[in-house]
Amino acid sequence: MQQVTEVQANDFQKQIDALTAKVSMLESMNQDQLSIAVVSGDFDKILAAMVISLGAAAMDMEVKLFFSFWSLAALRDPKKRVHGKNFISKMFGIMLPKGKEKLKMSNMNMGGMGPRMIKSIMKKHGVLSLEEMFKQAGEFGIEITICEMSMDLMGIKKEELIDYPNLRFAGAVTFAGDAGESSAQLFI
Amino acid sequence: MTQEELLAIKADTSVDARGTSCPGPLLAAKKAIGTIDKGQIMEVLSADEGTRNDIPKWCNKKGFECLGTVEEAGFYKIYLKK
Repeated sequence: MQQVTEVQANDFQKQIDALTAKVSMLESMNQDQLSIAVVSGDFDKILAAMVISLGAAAMDMEVKLFFSFWSLAALRDPKKRVHGKNFISKMFGIMLPKGKEKLKMSNMNMGGMGPRMIKSIMKKHGVLSLEEMFKQAGEFGIEITICEMSMDLMGIKKEELIDYPNLRFAGAVTFAGDAGESSAQLFI
Repeated sequence: MTQEELLAIKADTSVDARGTSCPGPLLAAKKAIGTIDKGQIMEVLSADEGTRNDIPKWCNKKGFECLGTVEEAGFYKIYLKK
């Protein structure tokens, strides 16, 4: 009889250990965090990504942005020059907007008239400019991760990117990891 | 709280975010909330109608008490207790 109880107690202990491990794993998941994969390089979509990020940051959420493909154009610093690019990278460099002020709209771009009109309306309504939003995002500790693979594809170099406090370079695995532990994920 | 009660409130700090729209007022409020102590009252001035709904949501999450909104000519005064 004594033996049976000991076996049962051991069994219980094992189950409790397994449960404790599971609970701590569940707790580490679904943090109060927002992950956004920013792929589009349109003015309106970058704007949406930044407004949502700042809103989430104001709500005390951790915000992690993953910039990939066309969105990289928004992170170029027009004042920085890079040398030693090959022909295709140079062509890409010329074709892509040089920074967030040169982004096109996904709709009603009208040869650049659209963004200019929107920017003047934004100013009138007291909406922060993209420049200001990036500055605020930096202050709120919003993390920007840049997809290394996209940089290679687009021929964009680290030296021509904006100065941003929480900039890091990584790959898809980092996004998958961040997104996995976030309570909200978006693709823009 | 009734409008009269809200109007009688003397806020410990006031954030004037009338010059900005979403998410400007909330960012300003978040920055200012650190300057007051628990139990003190903050007033947020905003011309952005969305702020009326955003502030209570924020309070709910942060455990602050949203006291109510007073509508003025062209802007809102939102009161909350930390």
